[in-house]
Amino acid sequence: MNYDTATIWGIIAVMGVGTFLIRFSFLGIIGDRELPPWVLRLLRFTPVAVIPGLVAPLVVRPGEPFDLAIAAAAAATLIGGYWSKNLPVAIVAGVLGYFAVEFL
Amino acid sequence: MTSSSPKTAFWRGVRKGAPFFAVAFSFAVVFSVIAVEAGLTIAQTLGFSFLVIAGAAQFAAVQLMTEGAPAITVVAAALAVNLRMAMYSAALVPHLGSAPVWQRAILSYLNIDHAFAMSMAEYEAHPQTPVPEKVAYFVGLVTPVAPFWYLGAGVGAVAGSSMPDDLPLDVVVPVAFIAIVALMLRTAAHWLAAAVSVIVALALHGLPYGIGLLIAGGVAMVVGAMADAWLEKRA
Repeated sequence: MNYDTATIWGIIAVMGVGTFLIRFSFLGIIGDRELPPWVLRLLRFTPVAVIPGLVAPLVVRPGEPFDLAIAAAAAATLIGGYWSKNLPVAIVAGVLGYFAVEFL
Repeated sequence: MTSSSPKTAFWRGVRKGAPFFAVAFSFAVVFSVIAVEAGLTIAQTLGFSFLVIAGAAQFAAVQLMTEGAPAITVVAAALAVNLRMAMYSAALVPHLGSAPVWQRAILSYLNIDHAFAMSMAEYEAHPQTPVPEKVAYFVGLVTPVAPFWYLGAGVGAVAGSSMPDDLPLDVVVPVAFIAIVALMLRTAAHWLAAAVSVIVALALHGLPYGIGLLIAGGVAMVVGAMADAWLEKRA
């Protein structure tokens, strides 16, 4: 990892403070003013809008050879998680999907 | 709430929250192992889990750091993942807004997903409960869970540094992320937002570090919210 120690601690500190301020925002500072419904709606979509874009290049691997085992792990995790609604089950499903292709 | 004192409300919260210790523990272990394998020191790894306490954002940060993204992109993407918590914060205002500010600050630090979801269910079922009991219930929900998050962070950091280097990180990271998202895909609008995010992020993958992701996130958020509004109107 090509960061000096100060930069890494800076990232951790800003993320820590920033996350706290997001959690504290309305409850602590803004009080009980109502948010416009469309803002709440946008905020509700942030995780499903950001995380898939982050993970897609790790699975598709542009510019690198396609890896069937990783694709199998991704598909198994998605299916396992969607059906079970349970995080550990989803992760185990993904790992099994990986080893199923890698070692069979 | 059926309880008549903050003390009984607290213990009811403890019983309700307890099963989530396993999720918190396993999540914290996985994060620490990945962070140490990616090259963070044990202190930095624990710093993430103790100061941020938000698994998905921490994974996002470490992944972008492995790719060598500029610090500003790392922080922006990670905080974008956490923006949903502003919604949690707003939703809690009618129930906890009149508690003392120091209590609201502590609750905010501890406002993790399971505690938010379970406390809201309870508050909406019993809106007339006195605020001190609502606060006690929330604290009860996180009390049996938070220690296992810290414990898992420590166990994972120690285990990660003694682990062989051939751990397939290129599998573990996507699996952890997809597992998080899979649990959130409840409506067609969620699926659409996720699909748009994937397509735009891949199309813009050539852009310098992380910029494509920020654009993809913004576009997917708008598309998802619009689809959600449209579905609601049609229903």
